[in-house]
Amino acid sequence: MEKITKDHAALAEAFIQNEEHVDWHDGALWWIRQKRDIASKKIPEWEALREAASQIKNNVLSNLHDYLLQFEANATRNGIKVHWAADAEEHNAIVYSILKEKDIRQLVKSKSMLTEECHLNEYLIERGVDVINSDLGEYIQQLDNEPPSHIVLPCIHKRKEEIGALFHEHLGTEKGVSDPTLLTRVARKHLRNVFVTRRAALTGVNFAVAETGEYVVCTNEGNADMGAHLSDVQIASMGLEKIVPQKKHLAVFLRLLARSATGQPITIYSSHFKRPREGQEMHLILVDYGRSRQLGRPAFRDSLKCIRCGACMNTCPVYRKSGGLSYHNTISGPIGAILAPNLDMKKHADLPFASTLCGSCSNVCPVKINIHDQLYEWRQVIVREGYAANTKVFGMKAMAWTLSSPTSYARMGKAGRWVLNNIPFAVNNKLNPWFKQREMPDGRKGSFDEWYAKNNDQTEEADEH
Amino acid sequence: MNSRENILADVLKNQPPARPLPDTDVFKDDSQHVVSTYCDVFTSIGGQVFLAKNWCEVSALIPRNFDATKRIITTLQELSESFELISTTADPHTFNDVELAVIEAELAVAENGAVWLPEQRMGQRIIPYICQHLAVVIPAHVIVATLHEAYAQIGEGNYGFGAFIGGPSKTADIEQALVLGAHGAITMTVFILEQSPDVPFAA
Repeated sequence: MEKITKDHAALAEAFIQNEEHVDWHDGALWWIRQKRDIASKKIPEWEALREAASQIKNNVLSNLHDYLLQFEANATRNGIKVHWAADAEEHNAIVYSILKEKDIRQLVKSKSMLTEECHLNEYLIERGVDVINSDLGEYIQQLDNEPPSHIVLPCIHKRKEEIGALFHEHLGTEKGVSDPTLLTRVARKHLRNVFVTRRAALTGVNFAVAETGEYVVCTNEGNADMGAHLSDVQIASMGLEKIVPQKKHLAVFLRLLARSATGQPITIYSSHFKRPREGQEMHLILVDYGRSRQLGRPAFRDSLKCIRCGACMNTCPVYRKSGGLSYHNTISGPIGAILAPNLDMKKHADLPFASTLCGSCSNVCPVKINIHDQLYEWRQVIVREGYAANTKVFGMKAMAWTLSSPTSYARMGKAGRWVLNNIPFAVNNKLNPWFKQREMPDGRKGSFDEWYAKNNDQTEEADEH
Repeated sequence: MNSRENILADVLKNQPPARPLPDTDVFKDDSQHVVSTYCDVFTSIGGQVFLAKNWCEVSALIPRNFDATKRIITTLQELSESFELISTTADPHTFNDVELAVIEAELAVAENGAVWLPEQRMGQRIIPYICQHLAVVIPAHVIVATLHEAYAQIGEGNYGFGAFIGGPSKTADIEQALVLGAHGAITMTVFILEQSPDVPFAA
């Protein structure tokens, strides 16, 4: 997964080869956006809830140090073993050491974008630990050796026939079977066996309550609970920013999360883990991995308010038409594009440019992150730091020169019109990136200035009558 | 513990000036129609609702709607004559053959159809997830309007584990086609018990 060197535009180009598939992908995500709209409009106080959620998260970020200490103290008192990890490597090493101490070589994992970011599976598999992703979408992605393309709907880019073929190859279903219910039943049976035979389970964390030291995990499938309650060792991995101050604040976030994500009134399972089961070990790993650095970037710290609902992806015209994998980052879409440059500005320099800056992402965000403003801000930073693509830098310099004086603007306009009228083949070719998926227009006969000068004379003549 | 100190120092250095918490107690809903709203919402998310006047009705509804030849377990003394009482000490793996679990909710939330189950109400943590079918008895008077009222009642809560469960397990991971019964219960049924809590149980 680290091998990818193509940028968003190149990967998106591959994704859009199949027009029928792109149209389907576009429509499927827009349908989820519409379900979000219907659900949100049933709540008269929706906008007040968004504002409250945003303010709670502002408070969390401004007092994170103390909340982390409070959470740690309460969780420890509850019997949860709390670990701290500065980066992905340390997180992975902690998970491995917990398993190794118990001589456990098999782990069942529910959805955790953080462990995807950390590439935990690869780390553990290299050390002889077998890991199975239990969320159906993530399980399918694991079978296909691909990362998730969407944080809520990991295999939304796949058609059911592709999934049927994967099941035929790996689970022995009949060739050509692609009925979603049938495939889900096969996975259910297969993963049941996994759940009852694994001694260790790892989950992500949606919210961690400083006041009580408990953490909340939300799923629709019940996979996090099946793993956790049958395990001897339960591990939860959470980013530092998942803290909420008080338990009553969960009401605000749980009302917003599922409605924003899929249009459901609440996820089917909202599990509150406070103490380990009798005889069970419960570990929680607090992971920084760039979060404290992002906290120190005033223009970008609000990205840490994200509750991972995926609404910004479902609404984004670029995401819907380019697919999540084209972002070559665990968190794709608009929110991924403002989180990723913090981790590696060079590698992710293309992502803030994968946007039309239409602002739809900011409008649906349940915690009111100014996503499109941050995309614009990142572009400035990336160009300033010298990470923008050469073609972009050259294009912008040429544009700056052209627009710098009326003379150069008029001269370039004239040249452009001449090219379009006399030698159109010079721009209607693959060397011109603007030509991709577009027809170049015919050249106008004159400039606006020339037209205006002529037209203005006529008007004055008319006035004289 | 070096990472802990470093992370905390970085967070302290980088966190912005203090911002106040908003007043979330303004979110209140004193709707009088919580039972009908609950029924509508729970049905819309794929659940099944029965209104029952007393425990006898609940007891009679179970064999009519579920396969009583298979293993049915419960935490409820009121149903213990007909069904197996859940052992709180058995190995959780031994419940993998359970067809139906019948438990009682502490609270239910009208706006989203979820029931609140602290682990004491589950018998064991695994019960409402491992069973093929889940049935939950909800005394009508414990239904509240929204999650705000629910958390106000739960308070700190004396539980090691607790969960909101709002419907049968589901997935739409394959082409957005809704499938009920991913890993948890394939169906969820609630029995809303109209009987007031003061009326003694009469068989």
